[in-house]
Amino acid sequence: MRRSGELESSKTPANLMEWFESFWATYNTLVLSIGTNVLLALSIYLTLATGLLTVANAAFMGIGAYTAGLLTTQAELPFFVALLLAALLPALVALMIGGPTLRLSGVYLAMATLAFGEVVRIFILNAEDLTGGALGLNGIPQLTGGFEVVLIVGLTLYIFLCLARSRIGMTMTAICQDETATELMGVNVRGYKLFVFVVGAALAGLAGGLNAHFTFFISPNEYGFERAVEILAMGVLGGTGSPWGAVVGGVLITVLPELLRGLGHYRPLINGVILILIILYSPKGIWALLRPARAATGLPGTN
Amino acid sequence: MLALSSVSVRFGGLHVLEEVSLTVPERGIFGLIGPNGAGKTTVFNLVTGLLSPSFGAIEFMGQRMNGMLPYQITRAGIARTFQNIRIFKEMKLVENVLVALGARSTYTAGVWLPLTSYHDAERQDREVARALLAKVGLADKAERYAGTLSYGEQRRLEIARALATQPKLLLLDEPAAGMNRVEKQVLVDEIVKLNQNGLTILIIEHDMGVIMNLCHEIAVLNFGSLIAVGPPDKIRANPKVIEAYLGPDDRSPSKLQVTS
Repeated sequence: MRRSGELESSKTPANLMEWFESFWATYNTLVLSIGTNVLLALSIYLTLATGLLTVANAAFMGIGAYTAGLLTTQAELPFFVALLLAALLPALVALMIGGPTLRLSGVYLAMATLAFGEVVRIFILNAEDLTGGALGLNGIPQLTGGFEVVLIVGLTLYIFLCLARSRIGMTMTAICQDETATELMGVNVRGYKLFVFVVGAALAGLAGGLNAHFTFFISPNEYGFERAVEILAMGVLGGTGSPWGAVVGGVLITVLPELLRGLGHYRPLINGVILILIILYSPKGIWALLRPARAATGLPGTN
Repeated sequence: MLALSSVSVRFGGLHVLEEVSLTVPERGIFGLIGPNGAGKTTVFNLVTGLLSPSFGAIEFMGQRMNGMLPYQITRAGIARTFQNIRIFKEMKLVENVLVALGARSTYTAGVWLPLTSYHDAERQDREVARALLAKVGLADKAERYAGTLSYGEQRRLEIARALATQPKLLLLDEPAAGMNRVEKQVLVDEIVKLNQNGLTILIIEHDMGVIMNLCHEIAVLNFGSLIAVGPPDKIRANPKVIEAYLGPDDRSPSKLQVTS
């Protein structure tokens, strides 16, 4: 609300401005959620595109959310400093656990990162003096506005699109397709994996920090198994062929339950059915369907 | 150039390689033959760092390779192709080669900023990649996806990709498998040309025509042990080699052609 004025130009007709004001008043939480969910989807896109099935992003998001939340409420640090640390701390944790866990692959890596997620959740739950435990953290100031979210999502997307087109993106795809062959091309595969894991963690932490500052309240259970699966679903549904896939996945997973609100009790059921249908009919994600250039080459997307 | 001294590989009680010692001379074409399961590919996996020897030492250009990671060995100058083709099927040919080229270049802020130096370097690398593809006769397919190539073309792409790492020693694991007579001849000519340009070659091959034509020296493995080393004509006449391939009693000579 407070910041919505910045987004408009003075030339817009008064009625349009009015419409925007009322739209923002009703839907600002949804729009901000889309933004942070797109960031989360991009965070898991990075590891998925490199062929790593990690589900630690919810935990990294939690670390980021608590870091930022505690820093603005307790230490009263400026918001951007809190956000910076919300990205840095998960990155540091990822750097530490990355060494041993990234030796694993496939389902084993998924299980190890899942276990890590539980460790984080239970740590937050029990460090009551610091985090408030099961009662959660209350009264987080609403500092996240449309401006911050649009700026951060836009910048991240730009960086990711450049990355995907570059040799780094090419090498990530190669690792995803054949790790051993890529290593034997002289590529430091372990280094690449650690890089995407750490950057993904930083991004998830940033999303957590942003998210905490428009929901007023956070609790450990928001960053558990369900959230981990939700983030994974965003990445997989959108498709890992392009960062745009993560955008599509993030938007869809946020908006779909809202669109189905009229269905009442059947909402989760229909929501699930739609997701299953998408996976069945486009295993490479929605982006692979949307992208017309792929039809000409006849081969599913990588890029 | 490459020296294995008393190298053994054991998986528990299974002795895959026993006390293998061999020296690949610089600028040579060295053949490695033997019946299926003799341990030929194991030698390749050792040399490229995918496996560590249980005992013994591996040296490349005077440097001890034991304990080095595969990518470090590649950067030291050893490249290989695979018996079961391992190209990046969902990438374009030129991208396949670029990944191998890129491991040597350093990345700069140019990925995100319009820096001409970075983009010039990128364009140059693309040219190099195309030139390498032209070398193996795939120039016109540079923008196709690697999965659309025929079997023989995929093997040639593997060679182009291996060459992109600028190796001094190239390991070829059954490069002629699945090729017809004409393709085999083209391959032999190509290998000879690479060798004349200074590349040392270590080749595993079941096609005796290819091996006998190409190699300056051949080592024969059987049940993980070296049973003979020497020039092609000596190997062909060696009774131990004939026994290893054909068995003690004379069976069908077509066994010589069996691919694994």
